[in-house]
Amino acid sequence: MGSVKSIPSPAISADERSHEVDHPSSQVAHFGTEQPLRLDCGVDLSPFQIAYQTYGELNADRSNAVLICHALTGDQHVANVHPVTGKPGWWETLVGPGRPIDPKHYFIICSNVIGGCMGSTGPASINPVTGKVWGLDFPVITIPDMVRAQAMLIDRLGIDTLFAVVGGSMGGMQVLQWTAAYPERVFSALAIACATRHSAQNIAFHELGRQAVMADPDWRGGGYADHGIHPHRGLAVARMAAHITYLSDAALHRKFGRRMQDRDLPTFSFDADFQVESYLRYQGSSFVERFDANSYLYLTRAMDYFDIAADHGGVLAKAFAGIQTRFCVVSFTSDWLFPTSESRALVHALNASSARVSFAEIETDRGHDAFLLDVPEFFDISRAFLQSAGKARGLTLEDR
Amino acid sequence: MSVQEVLPLNGVATGRSGQFRADHLLVAEMVKPGSKVLDVGCGEGDLLQLLETRGIDGRGIELSREGVNRCVAKGLAVVQGDADTDLVNYPDDAFDYVILSQTLQATRQPRVVLENLLRIGRRAIVSFPNFGFWKMRLQLLIGGHMPRTENLPATWYDTANIHFCTIKDFVQLCDEINVKMERSVALDLYGRPVPLNLPWWVWNMFGEQAVFLLSRGGGK
Repeated sequence: MGSVKSIPSPAISADERSHEVDHPSSQVAHFGTEQPLRLDCGVDLSPFQIAYQTYGELNADRSNAVLICHALTGDQHVANVHPVTGKPGWWETLVGPGRPIDPKHYFIICSNVIGGCMGSTGPASINPVTGKVWGLDFPVITIPDMVRAQAMLIDRLGIDTLFAVVGGSMGGMQVLQWTAAYPERVFSALAIACATRHSAQNIAFHELGRQAVMADPDWRGGGYADHGIHPHRGLAVARMAAHITYLSDAALHRKFGRRMQDRDLPTFSFDADFQVESYLRYQGSSFVERFDANSYLYLTRAMDYFDIAADHGGVLAKAFAGIQTRFCVVSFTSDWLFPTSESRALVHALNASSARVSFAEIETDRGHDAFLLDVPEFFDISRAFLQSAGKARGLTLEDR
Repeated sequence: MSVQEVLPLNGVATGRSGQFRADHLLVAEMVKPGSKVLDVGCGEGDLLQLLETRGIDGRGIELSREGVNRCVAKGLAVVQGDADTDLVNYPDDAFDYVILSQTLQATRQPRVVLENLLRIGRRAIVSFPNFGFWKMRLQLLIGGHMPRTENLPATWYDTANIHFCTIKDFVQLCDEINVKMERSVALDLYGRPVPLNLPWWVWNMFGEQAVFLLSRGGGK
């Protein structure tokens, strides 16, 4: 049997990654001890910082601000070249010049979530008390905590009401949390490929990912940073498993089928004979270059705990009672991570609250990932929804 | 109550020419400006767009994904849903008017749907093709086959319309479930209202479609 190639070590050093953690290549809002972040777990996090990007200009009425909420492994670099990977912004299909969310019309804000690893305070940040990396001493955070921190940032930016809050997947959860927690501060909400609670199956997948991280000997009980190492193998396996859930059987079959990678015959080894294996290994190894393993544990946990109805006596409609926010809910037919049934349950609750809601299910075989890809029907819907809301908000969306 | 007792609208301009369908114009005339409306089976949103031009806060439900997505791409507040199963999710008195335009005959339970319309909305506006129209009768009587018309071109085996009724049948259902008919108009083949002073059987014979403005009846 030939040698077995395992997942390669990251090309980017831990130093480069950790530099972004405390000194991000973006704007940063610092919150001192006088402004703690009150976390659901009972801890007051203080001091803390939120790293964020903005695009476009706030208008004189301060009425054109759009907050983009990123998904599990996203960050604030929504529409600019990523400082670590050098790749384009993660949502340049939706956000940017000529796109549905155009900086010509809107003041676009995107912040790294609390618990993240791209400049907002999280487990990879330095704990000011010990002078060492937080690691597992960092308090467990929730989706409502992320949104509370964003609200403090929005306050800092002098914005009272957001014209729109937009996000997919974990970003969509934040959108829904915004409308449940601050309905009067959200004029319109675009919630894509998400749910009002994390399903048992999704919690199960997250647990699989966390166990993969924790099974890596380099994890060191979460204290790897003190040893100058990173559990990149465990994190890569977690990413590979998660990545499968973002796709669909049909998409994998179309993209790879059973085709072989750079060979015609099987090698009778555990090398990556199949293209799909090679692809997954690449996904795993490129992910660990830019993401912190403990941050992955914390953010997946935040999603697991998310359940809006549970916070409102078990009745989802109560979370949205009397809400004036205009909603647009979008799901994708082949998304089995956040299936249409989850969006439909949300829409039923919004209907029961007499909320103004549009709901479109878009046909695609690209699975959960579709929200990040080039899906023209999704862009048409997003653009029209925001234009219609903009009209109601009195925004000038014609070319200036 | 018979159709004769029901007052039709005055001064409604209808016709097939122009941007909007005759029954849509008629429905729009029945809705007071500034009210909140749910259009059940809103298709591609033509009626909702017409209502929007009149300052009406309109929402829609549509069964087909293509229809919904076209509506949402027009900026309309439309959700994918089924009149038979999804109306239960709406609270009582959520709307001033609930509109069911040319959809009643395609529902599985027209009676339950009608009851739901008047639970969710203080008023309901229902339009439907009249199966008692003379052309329908003639095709069945002389041709001996299931009727097909310009507006209902589908064959019996692929039509979505599973519960056809006549104007007479509909009036009877309204009486049965204690629904008050506030206004009604029958439109002829050319989308013109059938003259008021004709007896009801003329409506049932010459009305190609009918539009009813309904409200909840008093206790029986």
